Amino acid sequence: MTTQSPLAIEATGLVKSFGDTCAVDGVDLAVRSGSIYGVLGPNGAGKTTTIRMLATLIRPDAGTARVLGHDIVEEADAVRAAVSLTGQLASVDEDLTGRENLILLGRLLGLKRPAAKDRAGELLDAFGLSEAAGRLVKNYSGGMRRRLDIAASIVVTPELMFLDEPTTGLDPRSRNQVWSIIRALAAEGTTILLCTQYLEEADQLADGIAVIDRGKVIAEGTPAQLKASVGSGALYVRLLDPEQRPEAAQLLDRDLGAVTMEPDPAALSAACADAARGAEAVAGLARAGVRIADFSLGQPSLDEVFLALTGHTAEDAASGARDPVNEEQPS
Amino acid sequence: MSPKPATQADVTTDADETAVRRAISSTERPPPPSPMSAALTFGWRGMLKVKHVPEQLLDVTITPVMFVLMFTYIFGGAIAGSTAEYLEYLLPGILVMSVLFTTVYSGVALNTDLTKGVVDRFRSLPIWRPAPLVGSLLGDSVRYLLSGTVIMVLGLILGYRPDAGIVGVLAALGLVVVFAFGLSWVFTTLGLVLRSPSAVMNAGFMGIFPLTFLSNVFVDPTTLPGPLEAFVNVNPISILATASRGLMEGNVDSRDLVIVLAVAAALTAVFAPLTTRLYRRG
Repeated sequence: MTTQSPLAIEATGLVKSFGDTCAVDGVDLAVRSGSIYGVLGPNGAGKTTTIRMLATLIRPDAGTARVLGHDIVEEADAVRAAVSLTGQLASVDEDLTGRENLILLGRLLGLKRPAAKDRAGELLDAFGLSEAAGRLVKNYSGGMRRRLDIAASIVVTPELMFLDEPTTGLDPRSRNQVWSIIRALAAEGTTILLCTQYLEEADQLADGIAVIDRGKVIAEGTPAQLKASVGSGALYVRLLDPEQRPEAAQLLDRDLGAVTMEPDPAALSAACADAARGAEAVAGLARAGVRIADFSLGQPSLDEVFLALTGHTAEDAASGARDPVNEEQPS
Repeated sequence: MSPKPATQADVTTDADETAVRRAISSTERPPPPSPMSAALTFGWRGMLKVKHVPEQLLDVTITPVMFVLMFTYIFGGAIAGSTAEYLEYLLPGILVMSVLFTTVYSGVALNTDLTKGVVDRFRSLPIWRPAPLVGSLLGDSVRYLLSGTVIMVLGLILGYRPDAGIVGVLAALGLVVVFAFGLSWVFTTLGLVLRSPSAVMNAGFMGIFPLTFLSNVFVDPTTLPGPLEAFVNVNPISILATASRGLMEGNVDSRDLVIVLAVAAALTAVFAPLTTRLYRRG
């Protein structure tokens, strides 16, 4: 009994603390049915906690949310019956085979044994896992595990799917596969809430993005709006001589602005919305006698988004919560 | 910088997008499974794990064999005058001990499970909430049964001849497994409260080990100092051991049976809901 609301997720003022740490500090979200919505932020920003609240795994301390028209606290079972969750840790059983995992899920979702077996076979074929079906999941590669994970989430097609960092740690090819699966899901009408650390991923997949930092939504919009607000890209420069970095920083700050020192002591980057200005800035460096090893123009990284939106880098935001696994677990 | 991937042409996809789309569109949501069906499915999961890693049965098979042999042949003569006589006294007790030791592993297994992402998925399913726990304990009961069977078979080989015959032995085995099921809820609670599997193991054995030795499993308590004897006599593990002996010898005191079943029920009534709440909360 979904209501007429065109919103699949409607969250207001969600708050969750673990001890002294306020993981989520008043998050509002509005996600349209049938869309892919990206929640972008660094480790420790509160993404996972938000997803876990919406998926009814933990209760919010304050605030309300309706998922597919059901209150996440009062009608948790109705929410559970219509959503599925693919967690940050692959949510499959490593000690079983791929096929057993899917049959297990099918049975737990109410399929009879033969139907669960058929469904497992169909999904293994579709996800290119037939050959590995009889192997224990602990022997799967990261990409295979992720695919199985997503397959497990659609044993019964959910109306809404939570995906928590589905491509973190995957190689580019596996990442592309996961992306194409996510697109296929959305094309079939499943609403997807996607948490990610990568602007590129949100840009590729999402219709709308919320940027989250220290438990708060700090920016919201379409990928295009977001990129426009932070500058559509960055100029990366690597110097031959690290000693020249302060000088280069000064010049880039004058020409482009928003300079970031990269972890590489010889590298730095600056916000750069248009390629021509970037080229000029590089030429300016060369004229001033700064010797350049290489340079490139790229999409803004999460760091740059953060720098532009908050004035601090994603890394600072994440400090103190570096471990991606235990990040938001209550002790 | 890397160019954006051209969406189709250059991407070889093992997961075929059209097949994925077909797979997505071809399901209807069935009604959720019954509590029983969900619990049995979790029991099946436990069995599968044993199938894939049969070595994990070593602790429920080899350890009890070692205990029986060591206690019978090292202490038997000293405690009871002859090993044959001691075996009569010891075997039902060691059955109790072995099975109860195994219950600690239920908590360890649950704690190990929690470190894995799959628990989140279980929690987000529309199933009867205690199903994962009840199911895995049902699966563990099979281990308890196996452990008990190994002991009984070994006992028979060593010359143990229970007066009540096979029926008595089965009844005793059943009683021990029922009590173990109740007790294992204590360890699943522990498994959810403590931080690591080894902490659960240590805490579990720190409790179960003295409780088992401060019972009548190994020696007749009449030889003990007064206060200790008093404790041993009210220790539920003593009563369970006495009831098991009674069932095997055909002279069970029905009061003992009632006490054992009541303790098992009480443990379940207190710790099963507690475990379920802790499990849900994560």
